[in-house]
Amino acid sequence: MIKARGLTKYYGRRLAIDHLTFEAHKGEIVGFLGPNGAGKTTTMRILTGYMPPSDGDAWIAGYHVVDESLEVRRRVGYLPENIALYDDMTVWDYLAFMGQLRQVPNLDERIAEVLERVDLLHRSESFIGSLSRGMRQRVGLAQAILHRPEVLILDEPTMGLDPAQRVEVRNLIREIGQEHTVMLSTHILSEAQALCDRVLILNQGRILAEDTPEELELRLRGAQRIRLRVSGADRGDDLQSRLTALKGVLRVHQVDAHHWEVELAPEASRDLRPVLARTVLDAGYDLHEMCTVSLSLEDIFLQLIREEGAGPNEAPSTADDAPPTSAPEDDEEA
Amino acid sequence: MRTVWIIARREFRRYFTSPAGYLVLFLYLFVLGLIVNNSLQRAYAFSLFQGAPPPNADIVIGPMLTLLVFSIPALTMRLLAGEQASGTLELLLTAPVRDWELVVGKWLGALLFVVVLLALTLIYPLALHLLTEPGLDWGPVVSGYLGLLLVSAALLALGVAVSALFRSQVAAFVVTLALFLFLWMISSLAAAGSPSEGLLRYLDFGHHFYTAFFRGVIDLQGVVYYLSVTAFGLLMGTVIIESRRWRG
Repeated sequence: MIKARGLTKYYGRRLAIDHLTFEAHKGEIVGFLGPNGAGKTTTMRILTGYMPPSDGDAWIAGYHVVDESLEVRRRVGYLPENIALYDDMTVWDYLAFMGQLRQVPNLDERIAEVLERVDLLHRSESFIGSLSRGMRQRVGLAQAILHRPEVLILDEPTMGLDPAQRVEVRNLIREIGQEHTVMLSTHILSEAQALCDRVLILNQGRILAEDTPEELELRLRGAQRIRLRVSGADRGDDLQSRLTALKGVLRVHQVDAHHWEVELAPEASRDLRPVLARTVLDAGYDLHEMCTVSLSLEDIFLQLIREEGAGPNEAPSTADDAPPTSAPEDDEEA
Repeated sequence: MRTVWIIARREFRRYFTSPAGYLVLFLYLFVLGLIVNNSLQRAYAFSLFQGAPPPNADIVIGPMLTLLVFSIPALTMRLLAGEQASGTLELLLTAPVRDWELVVGKWLGALLFVVVLLALTLIYPLALHLLTEPGLDWGPVVSGYLGLLLVSAALLALGVAVSALFRSQVAAFVVTLALFLFLWMISSLAAAGSPSEGLLRYLDFGHHFYTAFFRGVIDLQGVVYYLSVTAFGLLMGTVIIESRRWRG
């Protein structure tokens, strides 16, 4: 459905995206995950026909995004980041305008149907300027799905929404994803995991990794850390050595007198928490608290970038022009 | 063409859902009313003394071009600049709309509004017709209004092109007005008898109006001039929008 080969975009002399190659198949929800400025919006703007790439090609439903831009635009529904709408139009008039431009058949029925779906039918006569952030976002979604596009491109679809609205929009996307190919961008890890069949991690215009959320999670478990709060007996650094000796423990780090952090090895598939608890007690300490330190996206990027930096030295095969498909270097080194 | 019409219709309606449209309409009719009223009073005073001929449609159509020069930038400034500033252009450019359809649609919507504006001013010639004896000669009125329509088409096309250049509506307004004033004054730049005089005079949009349409003559050269300026403006607008895509 979506195919990109060596997509590159320069803004002046600044390289925004660097030879991106990826695919999204019919009925798939693919997520772009990356920090701000990673090139997510740029990539999406190229796919929607808003602007041409500096180099490389992309096809949507078999149509080239530059040469057959109009055909592409007919088949794509697009929700831009920070959706801009005409505040002086009513919701209904706005959708009618977009629907006419897109030549949607039985427009009135379809508008009612779509508004029902995004739960805005009761506000159809309101001026868009009077809507809340969440409602505007839903108008944007309604606009994107109005013409039953084969491909939906959603740029940060849940940004700026409160948690309840976020859940609502996610459910909507999941529902839509059953019929359409969806490509969305986000910088929230959990969102990518919850929604996507496949995740592309983007940083500084390059794809660092491409994985299913499960694989990604597995990979991240390599950096899973458990924090322990202990007190009591001080038999030297006995606890340190005991914990380090455990199978599946990669590193042990004493944060302060009472806090320890245990980093687990990626292949540790079994739950080590009972073992850790017993070890602490055996060492003569009292265990007050044990919690998993969840990694922030920043940590993951730092980790991926570190891996990438180390990659070429250990495995020179991952040359720049060969697109990293599932970044195999990390599992081997661990 | 369908797409052009959809965009034009929406743009036309927008003038009536925003204060800007009403403001231009009100100011235009109000100022024109003041001028016409003033001219009428003067004509009346003269007629008492010297038995001068009754005023003709010149006192209405004469000031209308000047007023258009100042009104049209206010009508065109938001057409594309506003869409760029608010970001709504992104959805239009990712809809199946060709760049020229967007530009022509915007222009046509504004032109329809100007047609309404010009139609409303017809109350003044009508009033003159009723006030004077033996009534108006309608020939110059027809050619005058046709001229005003052609001038409007040309100025609106230039305004749309300038509006495509800017994100700021204020900047679009100022530059459009400056461009109009420049094109208006251009023939006075040339020294009389100099070789460039003919060319500069040809480029002057007021010149074609006042020497022909205003005097009741429908001049082919003038028609060609206004239509070519219109085409040029719309082409420039399209090129600018297209280049926006490339610049990203």
